[in-house]
Amino acid sequence: MSQSEAQTEPEMNAAPSPALPLPLPPSALVTSSEMGAVAVPGASVPAKLSQGQLEHLADLYRQMYLIRRLEEEAARAYAQGKIGGFLHLYIGQEAVAVGSIAALRPDDYVVTTYRDHGVALTKGMSAKALMAELFGKATGCSKGLGGSMHLFDKATNMLGGYGIVGGHIPLASGVAFASKYRADGRVTLCYFGEGAVSIGGFHEGVSLAALWKLPIVFICENNEYSMGTPLSRTMSVEDVSLKAIGYGIDRDRFFVEDVLTVEARIGEAVKRARELSLPTLVEVRTYRFRGHSMSDPAKYRTNEELEERKQKDPLFRARLQLAKEGFGEARLKSMDDDVEREVQEAITFADESPEPDASLLESTTYDGPFAA
Amino acid sequence: MARSIRYREALREAMVEEMERDDRVFLMGEEVGHYQGAYKVTEGMLEKFGARRVIDTPIAESGFAGVGVGAAMVGLRPIIEFMTWNFSAVAFDQILNNATKVRQMSGGQFSCPIVFRGPNGSARQVGSQHSTSMEHFYATIPGVKVVAPAFPADAKGLMKAAIRDENPVCFMESETLYSVKGEVPDGDVVVELGKAHVVRAGTDCTIVAYSRMTHVALEAAAALEKEGISAEVVDLRSLRPLDEDLIADSVRKTHRCVVVHEGWPYGGVGAEVCDRVQRLAFDWLEAPILRISQLDVGMPYNAKLEQMCMPQPARVVDAVKRVVTRGRGKAAS
Ligand SMILES: Cc1ncc(C[n+]2csc(CCOP(=O)(O)OP(=O)(O)O)c2C)c(N)n1
Ligand SMILES: [Mg+2]
Repeated sequence: MSQSEAQTEPEMNAAPSPALPLPLPPSALVTSSEMGAVAVPGASVPAKLSQGQLEHLADLYRQMYLIRRLEEEAARAYAQGKIGGFLHLYIGQEAVAVGSIAALRPDDYVVTTYRDHGVALTKGMSAKALMAELFGKATGCSKGLGGSMHLFDKATNMLGGYGIVGGHIPLASGVAFASKYRADGRVTLCYFGEGAVSIGGFHEGVSLAALWKLPIVFICENNEYSMGTPLSRTMSVEDVSLKAIGYGIDRDRFFVEDVLTVEARIGEAVKRARELSLPTLVEVRTYRFRGHSMSDPAKYRTNEELEERKQKDPLFRARLQLAKEGFGEARLKSMDDDVEREVQEAITFADESPEPDASLLESTTYDGPFAA
Repeated sequence: MARSIRYREALREAMVEEMERDDRVFLMGEEVGHYQGAYKVTEGMLEKFGARRVIDTPIAESGFAGVGVGAAMVGLRPIIEFMTWNFSAVAFDQILNNATKVRQMSGGQFSCPIVFRGPNGSARQVGSQHSTSMEHFYATIPGVKVVAPAFPADAKGLMKAAIRDENPVCFMESETLYSVKGEVPDGDVVVELGKAHVVRAGTDCTIVAYSRMTHVALEAAAALEKEGISAEVVDLRSLRPLDEDLIADSVRKTHRCVVVHEGWPYGGVGAEVCDRVQRLAFDWLEAPILRISQLDVGMPYNAKLEQMCMPQPARVVDAVKRVVTRGRGKAAS
């Protein structure tokens, strides 16, 4: 379906499109990528980047580095008691948000979990609004009422971080439904952990998106742990993308090593959503370097495992590649300094901002008079 | 003999003792085994009982709550842990439509002896979706019992009673109580479901509370004493069945009543207590019954606003003073 065809009425409850006659062997439903197998490390990285690609990589690197540094400072602020409640860090997984959102248009939507700092920042939320929200300040994106787990930014189409596992997945399908309904050509990216694949919200959200052919990409950030539970005790199969088969939608699966690969692979699914109004389930294998949240000592994994995964940190890989391909140490350094300044400014801003006023409570509960 | 132990240890002791005496009892939930419990309530239980009886689940509340119901119908006695009661919302259907209804739907052929348990209500700055007081919803359902102990001894005694009960029981704990210490009697001490108790005697006003709010009520009562006001604190322990006799007896003595609970003011346990008191002790009342609850909004993340939304001792003190002064004013005129 072309862009113009997408303008026609949405086909609710339509039979599977002829392009996808069922039943098919699983492999027929897989996209151009590896059939159910995980990509060989490094296999998809182009040998040498053009100058344009190099500049683009530098841009993505900067976004990843901003997330990393901002979260490191958030962890410090948490230890100082400036941030309370739950704080789930994205450190290690930055390439997923950055690579996938690089494949979007600014008017596309994102919906994610409580581990939402990376997605929010990358979609365009300012570091100041983010940090102020973590500090519970009135200048935060949600006026200090939401906190770390509930980042929202209407201006950049960041539709939220959600705390109930799986609860946001049908909601994301609803956002994509609205795009199809209005034929606005937008795509929704819905992120969730592999832990969410066991809960009803995942299955109902994906099932409806499949039935109604909604323009959405379901991105399972499989970081191999659901709190303290390793993948092997979460699911009966190791390959999350297999879940797409029962719903008759396309699937993809790869290891995050390189942010450009993420962009390319998610880009295929985004294209399918935008041009054909078809959903895709993409399993992205990643890893979180910190505990589940600040209170988790992560005793369920070995130091060796953690160190091994840190060796493959996509952020450092991007930096190495930039250095190796001649981006220039000076430019890298100035970019790092820039990020540093942005983070420090965010902290100062959050520190100095006022607390929200109690008068907000009623007006953020109801539109209009309070329905007591 | 009694020992001083923490609330979480009291719960664990009850579960361990019941599992030792009855092979039908098993524990199921997220992170209850290998991780030793998200709040360490079930620490050591996997090592003690093995993976047959201490079962780690994926994130599938509706699924494992339903598994519990089915197993209970055919003779097992599941303890289903919700990492927090907030997450029971996705399992609400299993509790509302299966656990509590199967007995009547089957004409009494099947029962559902199951315990659903976990921390309830707010913690500290965990935000809107992690701070809901779910007991108000569950207590409206006929067919289920709901308990919310405030002290380690009651936590242990009620847990043992809940596991032995033939009915579904929703067991409401609190993250903020897990480290609270208290005397727990030795031996197989069971606390009967449905019985409140007076945890501080007084003459001027009855403060009805449960769970974490019992401690807030006690703090308020101590502050009131300094101002010459004698408050009696009734700790409900059970929300359904509700010990209306004990509540009414206390109000007949003090002539005034203030109810304190987490969660919203619309309906709920506080409204239920008000209904019973006005029906059973109307002629003894000298003032309207006041309720101190969470403010009627979702829980904000900001620490100061959260504190403002939560029932605080100062708000309880104010309410008690209002009802006490009103009574005195009337008596004097
Ligand atoms: C319905 C529900 N059950 C339990 C929880 C508690 N909880 C929060 S995050 C989490 C683990 C989620 O793991 P995963 O989906 O893999 O995401 P990750 O944290 O690894 O990003 C759990 C059990 C919850 N928030 N919602
Ligand atoms: Mg995970």
